[in-house]
Amino acid sequence: MEFVKPGININFVGRLKYAVAFSVVLTVICLVSIMWKGLNYGIDFAGGTLVQIKFHKVISADEIRKTLIQIGIDDSVIQPFGSDEVVIRTAKSSSEMKGLSTKIEDSLNAAYGKGAFQVQRVEVVGPKVGKDLTQKAILAVVFSWIGMLIYIAFRFEFRYAVGGIVGVIHDVIVVVGLFSLFNIEFTLTVVAALLTVIGYSIHDTIVVFDRVRENVRKNMKKDLPTVMNDSINQTLSRTILTSFTVVLVVAVLYVFGGAVIHDFAFALLVGVIFGTYSSVFIASPVVLAWEKFKPSALKKKK
Amino acid sequence: MLKSIRIRAALAIIICLAALFYLTPSLISALPDFWQKNLPADKIRLGLDLQGGIHLVLEVDAAKALESAVERMSSDVKETLMNNKVRFKHIEGIKKTNAISFELPDSSSKSAFEKVIKDHYPDLEVASSEVREGREVVSLKIRAKRAEEMKKMAVEQSIETIRNRVDQFGITEPEIIPEGNDRIVIQLPGIKDTERAKNLIGKTALLEFKLVDEEHSLDDALRGNVPEGSVIVYENRLDRQSGRRGNIPLLLKNRTLLTGGYLESAQVKVSDRFGEPYVAIKFNTQGAKDFDRITGENVKKRLAIVLDGVVHSAPVIQERISGGEAQITGSFTMDEAKDLAIVLRAGALPAPVNILEERTVGPSLGQDSIDKGLWSAILGGILVAVFMVFYYKLSGLVANIALIMNMIILLGVLAAFKATLTLPGIAGIVLIIGMSVDANVLIFERIREELRGGKTPRMAIETGYSKAFMTILDTNVNALIASLFLFGFGTGPVKGFAVTLSIGIVASLFTAVFVTRIIFDYFTWNRKIESISV
Repeated sequence: MEFVKPGININFVGRLKYAVAFSVVLTVICLVSIMWKGLNYGIDFAGGTLVQIKFHKVISADEIRKTLIQIGIDDSVIQPFGSDEVVIRTAKSSSEMKGLSTKIEDSLNAAYGKGAFQVQRVEVVGPKVGKDLTQKAILAVVFSWIGMLIYIAFRFEFRYAVGGIVGVIHDVIVVVGLFSLFNIEFTLTVVAALLTVIGYSIHDTIVVFDRVRENVRKNMKKDLPTVMNDSINQTLSRTILTSFTVVLVVAVLYVFGGAVIHDFAFALLVGVIFGTYSSVFIASPVVLAWEKFKPSALKKKK
Repeated sequence: MLKSIRIRAALAIIICLAALFYLTPSLISALPDFWQKNLPADKIRLGLDLQGGIHLVLEVDAAKALESAVERMSSDVKETLMNNKVRFKHIEGIKKTNAISFELPDSSSKSAFEKVIKDHYPDLEVASSEVREGREVVSLKIRAKRAEEMKKMAVEQSIETIRNRVDQFGITEPEIIPEGNDRIVIQLPGIKDTERAKNLIGKTALLEFKLVDEEHSLDDALRGNVPEGSVIVYENRLDRQSGRRGNIPLLLKNRTLLTGGYLESAQVKVSDRFGEPYVAIKFNTQGAKDFDRITGENVKKRLAIVLDGVVHSAPVIQERISGGEAQITGSFTMDEAKDLAIVLRAGALPAPVNILEERTVGPSLGQDSIDKGLWSAILGGILVAVFMVFYYKLSGLVANIALIMNMIILLGVLAAFKATLTLPGIAGIVLIIGMSVDANVLIFERIREELRGGKTPRMAIETGYSKAFMTILDTNVNALIASLFLFGFGTGPVKGFAVTLSIGIVASLFTAVFVTRIIFDYFTWNRKIESISV
C-alpha cells in the first residue's frame, strides 16, 4: 500500500514563498500575542496554589466562588476539569497565606458538608521556585537548540544546521503562541512537550537533509533548488508516514489520556504537525537562502 | 552468515530475557518464595503523581542558623573576656551583617582583647576596627569559610533530623534528598493527612526552658518598656470554660537555661485528671544534672517551657527536681501530642525551614491516571501495529515484533535501574510507540525505493538498512539531546518523562534496526527470494 505514489513531483521549492509568507504572518501573530496578551502561566511558573476537587454533586463555579469570598480569594480561577472535577487556582501561595489549601478545604467543608467532595490534588508553588523554574525552562529550550545546532553542523554543514534550528524555533513560537492565543494554561509539562517537539521536529528535517546531501553528491550538475525539490519529493512519503504514526499516538493521548495531561498532549499534537510542516517549508528555504548568500564549498569546486 | 545471524539472535534474545526478568516482579504480584529471597523483586517504582502522596521542597534558612550561632558566640565571648579580665564597655550583635561589635576603652585593652580572640576563637576574625570618640570599636565576624561550612552543616543536619522524624512517624519509602545549596526535596508516598505531615517536617521544634521575669512589671513591658535581658513571649492557652484558645503574654528572661538538645526521650502520656494527653520528657545525664541545678536554684520561681517561641506552660518550681523528668502540657489533641513527642525525640532543626513547593496527589487521582495512561498506551499501540501491518504487510509484522520488544526493554530497564514512572512518563511510553516504528518506516521506504530501482530483494534490504541507518542515528541523537536537557530541567514528573523517552529512544535503535535486521537476514538467508512483502 502506498499513500504517496513513487515518482511524485510536486513543485515545493517554487511555492516556498507562500509558505514562508504564511509562516511569517503566523509567527508574528504568535509573537504579538505572547508579548501583548502574555501567557496564562500555571502555578509552576507564576507561583500560587492549585486545588483539584472532585464533587459528588453538581456545584457551579459561581457557588464555589461565593464560598471563597470569606477567605479572600474569590479572584481565583475556577475551571471545570474533566467531567466532574473542578480546579481552583489562585496566585497566592501558602508562604504568604499559611495553609491556604487547608483553608479552601475548610470553607468548602463548611459550605457543602464533609464528604460532598474529595480533594484530588493540591499544588503550592512559592514565587521563588516559580522564578527558578521559568529560568530553567528557558535555558533548557535554548540549550537544546544550541546542542542540535552543533550536532547537525558537525554531521552535515552549518547551513543545514541553521535551517533546521530556524524550523525548530518556528515550531516553538507557534506552539507557545497558540497557548497564548487560546489562553491555555502554560505549565511545566507543556515545556516538557515543547522540548519533545524540539527533539521530534528535527526528525523530519534530518530525513530531508540527509537525502539532499546524498543527491548533491550524486548530481553535481543540478542546482541546489532542484536537488532540494527532488529530495523533498523523494522523502515525502516517509516524512508523512513517520509523523502520522506519532500524531496517531499523540491524538490517542489527547483524547483518552485524561485531563491531567490534556494540555501536554495538545502541545505535542500541534508541535508534531507544525514540526512536519516546518521541516519541508521552513528549514529548506533557509538553507536555500543561505546558499544564495554564501555558496557552499562543494559547489565552488565545480 | 548463519553464524552471524545466530550470534545476533542470541544477543537479542538475551537482552529481551534480561528485561523480562527484571519486569517479572511488576507483572506477577505473587512471586514464588525463592524469587523474592534471591532475585530482584522490585516493581517499577511509581511516581507520586501515580501512587499518591506528598512532594515538598523545603528551603533551609541557613542564614538564621548563622545568626543564632553569632548570638550564642557573642554571649560566650563576653564570658571569656570577663574571665580574662579584659575591659570592654559595650557588646552588641549586629543582625544584618552577622557581626559582633565591641567597644573597648583604650588601646591596651584592645591588644588584650585581640589576644583573647586569637587564642580562643579561631573561627572569628576582625571585620573592622576604628577609633570612635577616643574609644576602640572592633567588630568581629565568623570567617567566610567557616560560615559556609556552618550553613552546609545546617542543611545536612536538617536532612538528618527530618529523616529521623519521618522514620519515627512510620512512612514507608520516604525520599529525602538535598537539592542545590539550601534546598531539601521530600517525597512521601501514600500520605493522607498532608497538613499533619507538613507540620511534622516543618516544625523547628526548638525546646527552651526560660525563667519568667517576675522582678519587672509585665504591664510596663507591654507598654513598650521591655527591661534589658527580658522578652515578651505569648502563651497559647485553651480556656477550659469557653473552649477558646487565647494568647496570654508573659515576660521571660532572655537567657535560655536548657534546651531540647539534652533530651533522652519523649513519650506521650495521658493525664489522670483531665484525660488529656501530654508529653513526658526525660533528660540525658548532662541535661538531668543541669535541670537539677536549675530547679534547685530557682525554687518558687516560674519556669517557662517554650517551643518555637511559644510558651506551652510556665509552672512554678515547687522543689528541686532530680532524676531529669518533666512534662509538657498544653491542651494537645492526641495526634498533636504524638507528633510533638516525635519531633522532640528526633531533635530540633538547626534552622527554620520554609516550604517552597508542595504537591499532593490523592490516591484515587493517581489510579485514574494510571488507568487512562495504560489505556492510551494500549490503544495507541494497537493503532500503530494495525497501521504497520496494513501498510507494510509482513514487514510491518516484523516492525511490530520490534515494537513489542522495545516496550519490554523499556519497562525492564525502568525496573532494573529503579527509575520512577510518572504520568508524563506513561505519556512518554505512548509517544515512544509512535516514534519507535519511525525507524522501520525509514528502512522500509528505502527498501521499497531500492526495489523500484531494480535491485534484488537481498540487495535492497542490504542497501535499505545501511542507507537508512545514518538518518535514523542522526534523528535519534537529536531527540536524545532534547530529552537530556529536559532531564536537567524538570522536577519529578517531567524527569520521569525524560527518562522513559531517553530509554525508549535508545531501545528503539536496538529493536527497530538491529533486531528487525536479524529477522530479515534469517528469512532471506540461503533462499532465492523473488519478492519481499513490504
